[in-house]
Amino acid sequence: MRIFASLKIAGRALRRNKMRSLLTMLGIIIGVGAVIGSVSLTSGATKQVEDQVSSLGESVITVFSGNFTSGAMRGGWGSAPTLTLADALAIAGLKNVVAVSPEVRDRAQVLANGLNWNTQVMGESPDYPQIRNWGIASGVMFSEQDVRSLAKSAVIGKTVADQLFPNENPVGQTIRIRNLPFLIVGVLASKGFNLFGQDQDDTVVVPYTSHMHRITTRIFLNDILVEAANDKVIDSVQNDITDLLLTRHRSKEQDFTVRNQLELMQAVTATSRAMSFLLAGVAAVSLVVGGIGIMNIMLVSVTERTREIGIRMAVGARGSDILVQFLIEAVTLSAIGGSIGIIGGVGFSKIVAYIKDMPTVTPVTWIAIAFISSAIIGIISGFYPAWKASKLDPIDALHYE
Amino acid sequence: MYHTGEVDVHAVRGISLEIFPGEFVAVMGASGSGKSTLMNLTGCLDRPTSGCYWLDGIDVSTLDRDALADVRNEKIGFVFQGFNLLSRTSALENTEMPMLYHRHRIQSHEQRDHAMHALDLVGLGDRADHHPNQLSGGQQQRVAIARALVNKPSLLLADEPTGNLDSQTSIEIMGVFQKLNDQGITIVMVTHELDIARYTRRNVILRDGNIVGDTPVADRLNAEKELQQLRAAQQAVKLAS
Repeated sequence: MRIFASLKIAGRALRRNKMRSLLTMLGIIIGVGAVIGSVSLTSGATKQVEDQVSSLGESVITVFSGNFTSGAMRGGWGSAPTLTLADALAIAGLKNVVAVSPEVRDRAQVLANGLNWNTQVMGESPDYPQIRNWGIASGVMFSEQDVRSLAKSAVIGKTVADQLFPNENPVGQTIRIRNLPFLIVGVLASKGFNLFGQDQDDTVVVPYTSHMHRITTRIFLNDILVEAANDKVIDSVQNDITDLLLTRHRSKEQDFTVRNQLELMQAVTATSRAMSFLLAGVAAVSLVVGGIGIMNIMLVSVTERTREIGIRMAVGARGSDILVQFLIEAVTLSAIGGSIGIIGGVGFSKIVAYIKDMPTVTPVTWIAIAFISSAIIGIISGFYPAWKASKLDPIDALHYE
Repeated sequence: MYHTGEVDVHAVRGISLEIFPGEFVAVMGASGSGKSTLMNLTGCLDRPTSGCYWLDGIDVSTLDRDALADVRNEKIGFVFQGFNLLSRTSALENTEMPMLYHRHRIQSHEQRDHAMHALDLVGLGDRADHHPNQLSGGQQQRVAIARALVNKPSLLLADEPTGNLDSQTSIEIMGVFQKLNDQGITIVMVTHELDIARYTRRNVILRDGNIVGDTPVADRLNAEKELQQLRAAQQAVKLAS
């Protein structure tokens, strides 16, 4: 097979008809551009979500209390008080559990420095920053001793610090929660917004004992945060927790829910994956349309160049030479179209990323998939016209008008 | 034998024709006499339904499509009535084309050299980069001859090569053929013009698929001399007016 010669001939033929070649490629350019553009945008969004979730700590398990039912009305998760401090302490005794934080939440108006701010007040254990993978920007976390003594110590988030102490170091100052003065021992590092758009820095963290006895009068927890030794034992720890709580609550029905961050991440990324499949499906359709365009033009081209085919056959081209020549023309068209589409798609996603301030990622595998599939489309759509050309009879072809 | 519809037509029958290296033969006949069929068979574009055809020591009648293509490439050079050059392709590239299909790969620079040499032979070395639409009919036919020569074929086949040319250009083209034939190239030419046939060395006349005449040309014309006479006559007309 004289591939090199065929390449040369195909190149000359395409250059002779630049405008037509470009228009023929347009379908593939748009198809591939759409695939690459949409995949870049959705994988950028997915990556952002994954980064956020992993910043929560991948081996964290959350136990929510059950839902409250009154008559036919059912509350959401955490609406029924079922989790107790004793449950949390029992979980802490399980195998492969490295840290536990009983969590109670309440919204309250906090005052300091002559300013006030409505924020979320959380009761947690000293393990909280470790579990949430959250650093302390200044000062320290309150201690186990503070928990035992129901100490009036608090650690505040960046937003609260900014709102109440615009130009001062909050550490060592006093903040009033429900009229009780708490000593600020530390400021949490900034963590930004979570997956659901909540400002995670808009918070005040106090020992759970102080929260349950001083700020509120509660005996039930909202949820329990548990950190497993690593993400491989998450499933077994989760099962252990479920078994333990079922036994402790002596209930047949599960009055609590156990979730881990991995599941959460999967739920969120599943949405964006579904989105990207949808977009890829649309793009695949336009690729097929592009392929039909190439086939159409190649058929026209074969008819138009019947005489040329006859001349080539007369001077010694075999059927296979003609086949390869037209196949290469089709593949060159679609491969160049695919390459332009890839560049265009990446460019488009970069522009969107710049304008909308969104991260975009173009996976190399998708570039390879786009390029290979456009080449394959070239082969498929070029084959029939090329085969038709190769089967022409040289005498008929030479006398074709 | 040809199959057209239900009736078998014997386009050429009982023909026995031997052409030796170095000959310059004109095949003549009215339309429908079997010229084209003979030409297609001789050019290995078609195979006979019966009978055989030996070309340069090979029984071509038994070869398959691909083998025929290779024979055409290596042993036969075609010159057509309608020139049949590739449009929007330079004379040089047109001349290079048969080498693209050669069984052994020929390097690009060698292709160029061979093509330039062939163009020089037909006197078009200085127009190598011209496209067909920038060339006159005679020049296009010369490019076609260069293309036919480039693979050094054993046989040059010309199908009405002067059919689309005026008389002076026709004589010029015949001059090219005569020059090539003097260098030892075998030429078979189909024509229906008697005066054109007189430039060859042997005339074969066909009628209804049979050879009815096969004679050497006694009063062979010399294209060079004819051209000189023609120019002199034109000069005379110009002077007279």
